[in-house]
Amino acid sequence: MIEITDLKTTFSTGLFKKHTINAVDVVSLHIKKGETLGLVGESGCGKTTLGKTILRLVEPSAGTICFDNQDITRLSMREMRKIRPRMQMIFQDPDSSLNPRMTVAESIAEPLRQAGTKKQEIPKRVEELLTLVGLSLEHLDRHPYELSGGQNQRVVLARVLALEPDFIIADEPTSALDVSVQAQILKLIRDLKDELGLTCLFISHDLMVVRHMSDSIAVMGQGKIVEIGTPDEIFESPSHPYTKDLVSFAKNAVLPYKKESK
Amino acid sequence: MDIIRIKNLNAGFPTKRGLVRAATSVDLTIREGECLGLIGESGCGKTVLGMTIMRLLQPNTIISGEIFYKGQNLLALKEEEMRKLRGKELGMILQNSTTSLNPVLSVGDQIAEGIILHEGLRKKEAREKATELLEKVQIKNAAVMSKRYPHEFSGGMRERAMIAIALACSPSFVIADEPTTGLDNRTMKGVISLLAEVAKSKSMLFITHDLAAASEICDTIAVMYAGEIVEWGDVDEVFSAPLHPYTSGLLNSLPERGFIAIPGSSPSLIDLPGGCRFKERCACSEERCARAHPLMKEISSSHKVRCHRYD
Repeated sequence: MIEITDLKTTFSTGLFKKHTINAVDVVSLHIKKGETLGLVGESGCGKTTLGKTILRLVEPSAGTICFDNQDITRLSMREMRKIRPRMQMIFQDPDSSLNPRMTVAESIAEPLRQAGTKKQEIPKRVEELLTLVGLSLEHLDRHPYELSGGQNQRVVLARVLALEPDFIIADEPTSALDVSVQAQILKLIRDLKDELGLTCLFISHDLMVVRHMSDSIAVMGQGKIVEIGTPDEIFESPSHPYTKDLVSFAKNAVLPYKKESK
Repeated sequence: MDIIRIKNLNAGFPTKRGLVRAATSVDLTIREGECLGLIGESGCGKTVLGMTIMRLLQPNTIISGEIFYKGQNLLALKEEEMRKLRGKELGMILQNSTTSLNPVLSVGDQIAEGIILHEGLRKKEAREKATELLEKVQIKNAAVMSKRYPHEFSGGMRERAMIAIALACSPSFVIADEPTTGLDNRTMKGVISLLAEVAKSKSMLFITHDLAAASEICDTIAVMYAGEIVEWGDVDEVFSAPLHPYTSGLLNSLPERGFIAIPGSSPSLIDLPGGCRFKERCACSEERCARAHPLMKEISSSHKVRCHRYD
């Protein structure tokens, strides 16, 4: 579904753009149809930039991105627009991903309108999407500030699913949420993924979360992929020292108490 | 000896749509040297409770009840008396270091501010002390860094700077409000071990929704739901044998406990339901849960719960 070869994204900074930072430094990845690839790494390692580059929200400086056997690296913005509905992104902070002046109904209708859905069909489709993500019709006229973070993330999800994408990038979709809400949202993403057969790139710094969500895991450090493997391989026998480090931190952050049967 | 004793505390915000009851009849005590972890989901009133102790809420907040700090009722103090305690006796690590620090003052100056005010040191001496404090919270190259501004600090460093500000005048009681939110595992680990170090020598209220962090630092845990304390007890007891269904639900929604979500969402604090506030989401709710509001019940000397199952 997704085939990335030797992808590189460079940012230039400084007065004369002389300093360059390789945010994504020669990355190759592939994701099979219907699979979820988890991408982990610490803050600032380039995870989000990689995600944005795949969608060409950030332009790559070298390498190729293939989506569904089509090279999209050099497509013009106009051509890219035709493909965008099929690839969508869920951003980190639900509250700032939504327009504060739009109601939930307007927010969900927006992508539909953009894609040219018939006007009379829009309200029905909005209601369908709302039920799909577990919200009820009473939420239609609310504004983002009247909803909780978890509910807003559901609205974001409804918007993302509105155009029936094949590929979703979820960029830390729950790091702004509480544990209990996180579990709800992750379960929703998993269920929807299975139901709709989505292919997914799941970005997170939380190894425990990624393990739960992914078919395979890629570990990123300083712009490079240092290790790729199944969740069990990464957890039980990490080979790269950086992965070992991450795994031991993640294991230490786990609640040390045994689960009590009630 | 109790350093903080909260008795029947209520806090509410009047809004156009009605009174938001952020805290309802909260009773809690923190002993000298104890670290109490306050856990619960966003919007349950954790931060409000911390802010009420510091008396930092806006003046139109409706507050009733008593908060005793070393025997004196903080809520009865005049503002200028309170100002003498704030920063000196009571330290606070505010939530969200990015917005809590002043972007136009150097970090060193922000730490020095309290020292100049409370300890009457000259600016130069206070700045030196600020540098020492930055060293103490393990910021490398403290002398240089104290002259830098918050945007030049990373998230973890800013959090350390916040801790340094809270500790500047060696308070005896510290409130830490979600100090680890938004940090990645490695940075978080560092901040937690620093806080654990702080907790050894001080009494602390640790507000968090990171259960693992709470288990590492705290001696006792209070679980808050929709403005109420629903469970309160020794950290090992609460985490290994939770009594309230909400506490079990929170624990089970952790990745390492299988990610089992609690269905539904918490009630609006404007329009609180009668009876048990958790009944809508509770797997074991019964008829009486809708009828009567459960009271806090003492199960053992170190464990209390608010649930009809233990009546």
